[in-house]
Amino acid sequence: MMRFMLLFSRQGKLRLQKWYTATAERDKKKMVRELMQIVLARKPKMCSFLEWRDLKIVYKRYASLYFCCAIEEHDNELITLEIIHRFVELLDKYFGSVCELDIIFNFEKAYFILDEFLMGGEIQDTSKKSVLKAIEQSDLLQEEDESPRSVLEEMGLA
Amino acid sequence: MALKIVKGSIDRMFDKNLQDLVRGIRNHKEDEAKYISTCIDEIKQELKQDNIAVKANAVCKLTYLQMLGYDVSWAAFNIVEVMSSSKFTYKRIGYLAASQCFHESTDVIMLTTNQIRKDLSSPNQYDTGVALTGLSCFVTPDLARDLANDIMTLMSHTKPYIRKKAVLIMYKVFLKYPESLRPAFPRLKEKLEDPDPGVQSAAVNVICELARRNPKNYLSLAPLFFKLMTSSTNNWVLIKIIKLFGALTPLEPRLGKKLIEPLTNLIHSTSAMSLLYECVNTVIAVLISLSSGMPNHSASIQLCVQKLRILIEDSDQNLKYLGLLAMSKILKTHPKSVQSHKDLILQCLDDKDESIRLRALDLLYGMVSKKNLMEIVKKLMLHVDKAEGTTYRDELLTKIIDICSQSNYQYITNFEWYISILVELTRLEGTRHGHLIASQMLDVAIRVKAIRAFAVAQMATLLDNAHLLTGNMQRNGICEVSYAAAWICGEFSEHLENPMQTLEAMLRPKVATLPGHIQAVYVQNAAKLFATVLKSQEGNTDSTAAQETSQLMIERLPLFVQSANLEVQERASCILQLVKYIQKLQQKDVEVAEEVSALFAGELNPVAPKAQKKVPVPEGLDLDAWINEPPSESESEDEQPKAIFTKEETKHSRPRHIEVDEKELARRREARKQEQANNPFYIKASPSSQKVYQDTPGVEHIPVVQIDLSVPLKVPGLPMSDQYVKLEEERRQKERAEKKKKEKKKRKEKRSGRGKKHDSGPESEEDITPAHMVDIVTEEMPENALPSDDDDKDPNDPHKALDIDLDNLGEMAGRRPLADSEKLPVRSHRAVEAAKSPGEDGDAETVATQQPKKKSGKDKRDDKKKDKDKERKKSKDEKKKKKHKHEEKEEDLLRGEVHEPVVQSEGISQVAELPTSTSAEVSDLDFWLSNAPVPSNTQVESPPLPLPLISSVNTPLIHSMNYWSVICCFFSRNLSLYCLPMWISDLFFCLVLIFLTLVFFDTASSLKGHITLSSSILQPSSV
Repeated sequence: MMRFMLLFSRQGKLRLQKWYTATAERDKKKMVRELMQIVLARKPKMCSFLEWRDLKIVYKRYASLYFCCAIEEHDNELITLEIIHRFVELLDKYFGSVCELDIIFNFEKAYFILDEFLMGGEIQDTSKKSVLKAIEQSDLLQEEDESPRSVLEEMGLA
Repeated sequence: MALKIVKGSIDRMFDKNLQDLVRGIRNHKEDEAKYISTCIDEIKQELKQDNIAVKANAVCKLTYLQMLGYDVSWAAFNIVEVMSSSKFTYKRIGYLAASQCFHESTDVIMLTTNQIRKDLSSPNQYDTGVALTGLSCFVTPDLARDLANDIMTLMSHTKPYIRKKAVLIMYKVFLKYPESLRPAFPRLKEKLEDPDPGVQSAAVNVICELARRNPKNYLSLAPLFFKLMTSSTNNWVLIKIIKLFGALTPLEPRLGKKLIEPLTNLIHSTSAMSLLYECVNTVIAVLISLSSGMPNHSASIQLCVQKLRILIEDSDQNLKYLGLLAMSKILKTHPKSVQSHKDLILQCLDDKDESIRLRALDLLYGMVSKKNLMEIVKKLMLHVDKAEGTTYRDELLTKIIDICSQSNYQYITNFEWYISILVELTRLEGTRHGHLIASQMLDVAIRVKAIRAFAVAQMATLLDNAHLLTGNMQRNGICEVSYAAAWICGEFSEHLENPMQTLEAMLRPKVATLPGHIQAVYVQNAAKLFATVLKSQEGNTDSTAAQETSQLMIERLPLFVQSANLEVQERASCILQLVKYIQKLQQKDVEVAEEVSALFAGELNPVAPKAQKKVPVPEGLDLDAWINEPPSESESEDEQPKAIFTKEETKHSRPRHIEVDEKELARRREARKQEQANNPFYIKASPSSQKVYQDTPGVEHIPVVQIDLSVPLKVPGLPMSDQYVKLEEERRQKERAEKKKKEKKKRKEKRSGRGKKHDSGPESEEDITPAHMVDIVTEEMPENALPSDDDDKDPNDPHKALDIDLDNLGEMAGRRPLADSEKLPVRSHRAVEAAKSPGEDGDAETVATQQPKKKSGKDKRDDKKKDKDKERKKSKDEKKKKKHKHEEKEEDLLRGEVHEPVVQSEGISQVAELPTSTSAEVSDLDFWLSNAPVPSNTQVESPPLPLPLISSVNTPLIHSMNYWSVICCFFSRNLSLYCLPMWISDLFFCLVLIFLTLVFFDTASSLKGHITLSSSILQPSSV
């Protein structure tokens, strides 16, 4: 099971964090700081895995963003890399050639995508298509939602 | 009121949205904290507004700030408000915020129960989905308990989108509320065969997670998983299943045998590296569990090693790393097959990536043999010189020492070489592992008698040159080495060529800069050396030289007497006085050497680990006698223990001031006893005191084994390890010629007894036979404490509670009366064919016990099936004789349970039959494992799903409690925020809004969605 996923920039700014086990806020901060230090210190040609505390860290860099997952001892590292890659592909499909700014400014969308893809640290759906479909539909729902609201508001105005 | 809304929507136009906030933060790089604090103030204002859109926007911004590390726990209630919005847009934001910010100690979580329940049953699948996703992040034991039934219902939802989410979240629910596992498991198992691949893989994921923690309970699912494995083409699912088998095989070796073939097929066929890697890992696990190596398995090992070699040779660093990782697993059981790839692994030592080098180092540890040790260490020494980072270099250093010293220096054929390696290692700057090198030096010098002369010579040069290093030695840990050097030179000073020179080296003023404990050793060993020097000088009948030596001591020692370190000071002043006394005697021309060296006579031998226990209790010592009588006893009985004390003191010959008068002593003793009696921390007479009182006569019984080298050692001058490598090569070649004949015989023997403990190169035992008998001095362990004790599971491990025997759900239910609040979901049976999948029939009955009304029709079928089972059982009785141990145990347990009282109303007749059916199931697994064809035509009847939805007694209470708490919370908040009239107007507004919606949108669904929070508030008042 994946314990958490972090997205942070080359400059050490956190862009996304998802914790699949309940962790105290203070521990979260400490772990994030520690991990960022370790991962950012690694050279580009180094392998993507490292052992950290009792966890295995799998990270991959896409442009200026680091995607970093913590998995348990028995988990498969390569499949975790695949998960990261899938997530990036999903972001890419959704935003259309995604860049760091997309994630910064639409961070809630990025979370929605992640939540559709992973749940409780397990992969939900292995098909990209169905994940994207779910997101599209809930976005559609959101838009539908917005239009009656304006009607209501107008109604309130009247 | 209309005005208010207008105002609200105008305000909204000027509110910052998330994008503005992000942009603002990016524009205020220099005073970010200040900017954010103003933003938070704004957000607080926004949260006070009634417009849910404004609130949602504020909460969205808070979520972003939370990620940046700001505390937003104060807004928890607002998050709940947004969560309960009827609109998906806001609900989504609310749940996102909750999943990011809530944790178990967030107290408003208890307010969410009903909201979540409502969302779970929402007609809109995305409402349900968003609630499930959120819940998966912040589920608490309470939520899990209250919502378990709802989620269980969702597992059979018509939409696969909901089903898969519900299945996945069940794992979290199990963790928080383990009692739910039992009732939910049958349905979870059903989902393994769900038509939707997403749901299926979710179920596989959950069961794999569960089974990894408590594999024995899931053994009966093996046939089902085996079927899935052979039929599935989804690599994600395959990986999980294969991983699961990796956890199951240690419990059931026959399963391993069955797995080997499909796994090797997969290894051959797959192009996905992740799957290949998983297969290899599981094959390794299987082969480890099949300890009795079957001949045809060497092929699979070879295949694994081959594939791993391909991984390691790959240019992808990740594959290289994983290849090495898996290789080290093989190494533990099949060192031979890995050793042939030594070249490749040594190559990895040159890799740019440190983590790969470290993995390769791990592998090397298991790959050394007598034959290649020197070569490998030589290579490592080269790396030590090249290594840039100190951490990696330190790692190398420890690995070198680990490799050389493993299993009692088993692989070292030439200790001169080893000593010189150690000496070379001391030249490392800035290493933290000085103490490690030092302890190795001491260990070797003490235990390998034949090497002492050489070691002493090396240590003497080290001491001589120490002053060159002391500058840096102070800071880095390497100065510990001089501790060992000084001790070895002092203790074995008879081997020194020029003791006088070493003595001077040890008394240099520079020594005073070393750490205290090292100085103390210097002083003490200077005294030992002094004794040796005196002996040699007096032998020469040159009395002046001896007197000069004493003079030297007297001149140099005061430096140490002034030391701030107590140990150094005490030793120095004692020795100084001694030397002064000696000098006086020398001036009177008295021969003192004999007596001085008598001070340090006797040999120190290494002590075997458990020697202490074997020391017999000396005669006359009663270990059970009180040392200090308990304070309640009368004075006269105290006298005896006191005598022991004084004896002890004289033995230690410590100067003590005992000349205090008797009365004073008695007074003090009384006071002390009083104090001890009052002090709860004072340990009264413990059995461990025996250690203190062990006496000298036991020493002969200490099992001490010394190693002597059969090979005579030469002592050349320079400590270059390479030299020894050459010497060793020559020596070996000579010996090889002699031993060839013997070897042939040996090989024949080996061939017959292969598979046992591996051994190193062709020239092994003959070289240094005693090396195997060295006793390693290790840390003492308390009695009965084995290292394996530490592996015990963490008591807080949530998975411990999930250790539930799932095969015998019915049994469990019968044994433990169900709580009022829980009901088991009723499942229909699968239609059971003549040859059915064995894992299934067991739990078909388990559930049947639950619902008396629905039984009538099923009962008959049940009975029929049981009859079949019985028949089958008879035919299989023979097979069962061979049964595996733990199965036997399991069965015994089951039999035992039959006699337990059963609570179920109509359960009695059933339970009487249960043991037969469960044992039939066990034998089914047996049957499957003994290579019977896997049944493929198991039909699944879709279950009619009569579900007990809401638990009967407890939940209404909980509901109303939740309502009331919502109200209280709402009231207190609002009252504190607004004055009362305003609140009334709010309520009124609410009602008007409801009315309007009723009028304009008369569809019931929109109403239901719209007034979520308000309705939950209004309900109880209407009740």
